[in-house]
Amino acid sequence: MIRIENLVKAFGAKRAVDGVSFTVGRGEVVGFLGPNGSGKSTTMRMITGYYAPSSGRVSVGGHDVVEAPLEAKRLIGYLPENAAAYPDMTVRGFLEFAAAMRGLAGAAKRKAVARAVERCFLDSVLHQSIDTLSKGYRHRTCLAQALIHDPEVLVLDEPTDGLDPNQKHEIRNLIRELGKSKAVVFSTHILEEVDAACTRAIIIDRGRIVAQGTPDELGRPLDEVFRRITLPDTVKQ
Amino acid sequence: MRHVWVIAKRELGSYFSSPVAYVFLVIFLLLTGFFTFTAGQFFERGEASLAAFFGWHPWLYLVLVPAAGMRLWAEERRAGTIELLLTMPIEPWQAILGKFLASWIFLAAALALTFPVAVTANVLGSPDNGMIAAGYLGSLFLAGAYLAVTCMTSAMTRNQVVAFILSVVACLFLILAGFNPVTDLLVRWASPAFVDTVAAFSVVTHFDGFQKGVIDTRDLFFFLSVIGFSLFATSVILRNR
Ligand SMILES: Nc1ncnc2c1ncn2[C@@H]1O[C@H](COP(=O)(O)OP(=O)(O)OP(=O)(O)O)[C@@H](O)[C@H]1O
Ligand SMILES: [Mg+2]
Repeated sequence: MIRIENLVKAFGAKRAVDGVSFTVGRGEVVGFLGPNGSGKSTTMRMITGYYAPSSGRVSVGGHDVVEAPLEAKRLIGYLPENAAAYPDMTVRGFLEFAAAMRGLAGAAKRKAVARAVERCFLDSVLHQSIDTLSKGYRHRTCLAQALIHDPEVLVLDEPTDGLDPNQKHEIRNLIRELGKSKAVVFSTHILEEVDAACTRAIIIDRGRIVAQGTPDELGRPLDEVFRRITLPDTVKQ
Repeated sequence: MRHVWVIAKRELGSYFSSPVAYVFLVIFLLLTGFFTFTAGQFFERGEASLAAFFGWHPWLYLVLVPAAGMRLWAEERRAGTIELLLTMPIEPWQAILGKFLASWIFLAAALALTFPVAVTANVLGSPDNGMIAAGYLGSLFLAGAYLAVTCMTSAMTRNQVVAFILSVVACLFLILAGFNPVTDLLVRWASPAFVDTVAAFSVVTHFDGFQKGVIDTRDLFFFLSVIGFSLFATSVILRNR
């Protein structure tokens, strides 16, 4: 579903993403790991069409993100890193807006909102304005927005960031469940999540892929592997 | 067009869900009242027309329109919601147009609330109501032109204050190019043809006709091209995020 070839993003002289290639098929959940500033969010922004790649190609469901952005974007549900949401709206208003933007109306819209609310456990805050939500609830509201149109491709930038342990567990289960029928990429700094939810992990450092494979292939314990591969580079930076 | 409307509706909702809209409306009405009746000497003029009212609009809007429009894109950038909006399956122009229309509708509502001025003129005398209608139309386009410029400056920054200042400066240029004291000054150094060319870029020159009750397609064309150009520039700025 997602195919990335030789993706490069340069900010001035700095290459935030430097020749990354991978594919994610239906039924896969790919964990995207890497130290701070390694280029995870930048890669995801190129997949979702927010940043234009400096070079290389991204296609989603066979549609090139640069050449056919609308077709590609229709297939994607995206949770941005900061979990931004319009602060002056209520949770319900925001989800209805997201559904309308995805072309849903009437009964289909109501059903989509109800399903997203149930999946992300938002019942209790439905009528609360977003700027008064706690961080975890705001995060879940934005996640609900990403799921609203039941997309075939999910791009989630740190979906469990700021959630309490119970919610982390629930969201991991949700991701694993969704992964059975969709293509999912999510970034995280929590290595247990790789074991808990991923079929495959990609470790990226300073814009390049330094390791990938199933959790078993990468070796154990994971955090030691992660430190061995990435630490020297980040310190030098 | 459906997406344009969805975006416009959300934007309008956010105007009225915060105190901004009400503060703006009150200040707008107070200032129009002050300029028209006190500074504009509406009663002392002894004529049944709204010249005292419309004459101030280019100056009044200079501050008020950037204040109403500065948040359009700057706030979207600051809150990070721009990332959400631009990864939705819509064309960027749909978002730009939707936001612009929402603000324009809001300004139109503020302008419509000045109807007591027209009523007063009708009670006290018998003004040319066609002329008043033309004045309102011109005023609406004037606000639209400033607003489009504000959209553009708002897209440049995540800081609303910077957006506000930039757009006041840009709109001030649109006024001063045809403002009499300035053109008088220019005439001393430059050829009249040059002065006329500069004045042709001024909103004052093009707003004049409307105030006199003349709806000239060239004036309409001018305002529409300022709007079109500024919104196009907005899309270019947003593309280079
Ligand atoms: N708009 C931008 N302009 C300039 N540099 C940028 C921009 N966005 C990202 N970068 C740089 O690109 C690099 C990669 O950033 P990115 O946000 O992709 O990292 P990340 O892997 O998501 O990190 P984190 O784990 O902290 O979220 C960083 O060095 C960052 O400073
Ligand atoms: Mg990141």
